[in-house]
Amino acid sequence: MQKELMKGNDAIAEAAVRAGCRFFSGYPITPQSEILEYLSWRLPEVGGNFVQSESELSGISMVYGAAATGTRAMTSSSGPGFSLLQEGISYIASAELPCVIVDVMRYGSGLADIFTGQGDYWQAVKNGGHGDYRCIVYAPNSVQEAVDLTALSFQKADEYRNPVIILSDASICQMMEPVKFPPMIEHDNNQYEWALKGKGKGKSKRHTSTMYYNDNYDEYLNLKYKRIEDNEQKWETYLVEDAEIVLVAYGISSRICVEAVDKSRSQGKKIGLIRPISLYPFPTKAFEELPEAKAFASVEISCLSQMIEDICLAVKGRLPVYPIRSGMSVYESDDICSSIDKILNSKCKEVY
Amino acid sequence: MIKKRPKALYVDHKYCPGCGHGIVNRLIAEVLEEMNEDENALCAVAVGCSSLMPDTFGIDIVQAQHGRAAAVAIGMKKCRPDSMVFSYQGDGDALAIGLSETMYAAIRNDNITVILVNNHNFGMTGGQMSPTTLENQRTTTTPFGRDVAKTGQPLDIVKLLKNFDIAYLARGTTSNNREILKTKKYIKKAFENQKQRKGYSMVEVLSPCPTNWGISPLEACQKIDNVSTEVFLTGEFKKEEA
Repeated sequence: MQKELMKGNDAIAEAAVRAGCRFFSGYPITPQSEILEYLSWRLPEVGGNFVQSESELSGISMVYGAAATGTRAMTSSSGPGFSLLQEGISYIASAELPCVIVDVMRYGSGLADIFTGQGDYWQAVKNGGHGDYRCIVYAPNSVQEAVDLTALSFQKADEYRNPVIILSDASICQMMEPVKFPPMIEHDNNQYEWALKGKGKGKSKRHTSTMYYNDNYDEYLNLKYKRIEDNEQKWETYLVEDAEIVLVAYGISSRICVEAVDKSRSQGKKIGLIRPISLYPFPTKAFEELPEAKAFASVEISCLSQMIEDICLAVKGRLPVYPIRSGMSVYESDDICSSIDKILNSKCKEVY
Repeated sequence: MIKKRPKALYVDHKYCPGCGHGIVNRLIAEVLEEMNEDENALCAVAVGCSSLMPDTFGIDIVQAQHGRAAAVAIGMKKCRPDSMVFSYQGDGDALAIGLSETMYAAIRNDNITVILVNNHNFGMTGGQMSPTTLENQRTTTTPFGRDVAKTGQPLDIVKLLKNFDIAYLARGTTSNNREILKTKKYIKKAFENQKQRKGYSMVEVLSPCPTNWGISPLEACQKIDNVSTEVFLTGEFKKEEA
């Protein structure tokens, strides 16, 4: 298949359809609205259902109902809308049903603004709803990777019967890049024994918090997420083998960091990059063998630095961790290079 | 008329003595069995006393979030258009926190059935004021009686929904045999409308809550007949023209 030039949001929508998604309900909010717009015509074309819901609360609830029938289902949102999804995400995780949620991050809390940001890390990765649950979280750094991770998200959601969040940002989702799509998957919504379709001659089924049916729930849940943490870490590294300062960045920030690594290297500085692709589970394995590393720096479009906590946990106090922050104006690679210089000259303060 | 217990009700209900929920459960189960739809039914059950329903009602069920049962039901119906899909909700759930989901299911004329059990209070949490608490009715949050000057009038959902382009709308009670039989007919018509793909149907059922009203089951039924039905008129409010 030929490559096509496509906007990130449209590409995620098409990738969802190719992955067998046949139900979407959502609400307009910038910068994710193209996902909604695209699926409004594309899903009916393949016999799927699209509903523009009256709120994000309703949208995720319809996804909950659809997921319970074994149908591959998705919603998408951003900023304040992502907050409203949290109630439903907790219920879906608690009932152990699969679904995919896309959060196209914008910058700021409250009303916030519509330009790019990475401030939903805590909410997506640490779980924004009530109770003990986790969502698998993937962070693409290109339109092609957004397509690939959309397919993977539906697969992992089914495998673990757990919501999966695609945590993207306004930059990745609003830019156009060439992409290649996988062939269409036909997903059979009757293939799982848990899928509701009417009890027929069998026993009736009920989807609610699985704690009601599992005498060993606490241990079960621990083991479930341990299994995800052991098996589903995804990351990429760039020039880390001899790196003394290792940047850690995901999504759009990782692309700026690649440029910063190249510029610093051209000046003889040994800088590398770890790019987490899965944010939950956080790729702690990536931090295990870095013989030359002397310090880590979290590079995030967040004025408080959110991912830095997970970096510190992965580093376990062995080495210092520094924040390189951005927010109202997004850093360029030169800004990151000068932050690296401050770290090298001991003019930067460790985060903890 | 079925004399024996419908198959779907595999064990006695767990509601308080004198509660109307058990009767409504029974009517739904009888109707589904008579229509040969009990094996094909999907239910989104609400949070509140309604959420006791799955303990005794053996059909495929999703436990919805508080107020969102209609939306969950819509998600199921879109993916299983040949299933009989309904939400089972109380007045606190459907008319307070879930009013938006309730209204928009009707506005879109989504092809689901909503069974709304109205007992004028939040029963499960100990009897607080709900949108349908009657004027001067005492609850744990209106200890001197509901003051409509401060809280507004009791919410009559029928008055709102009858203006929309929906398939079927009715209100019955569980307070006496005559009304129970009528309510069963309403529930059957609601499901028949869904089966014929005519769109949204709702049956609201006025139901006694002796536990939280602080009166005997018999007095609670009399209160519905003498007081509740004066505020919340019963009958069919939207149906296909003959």
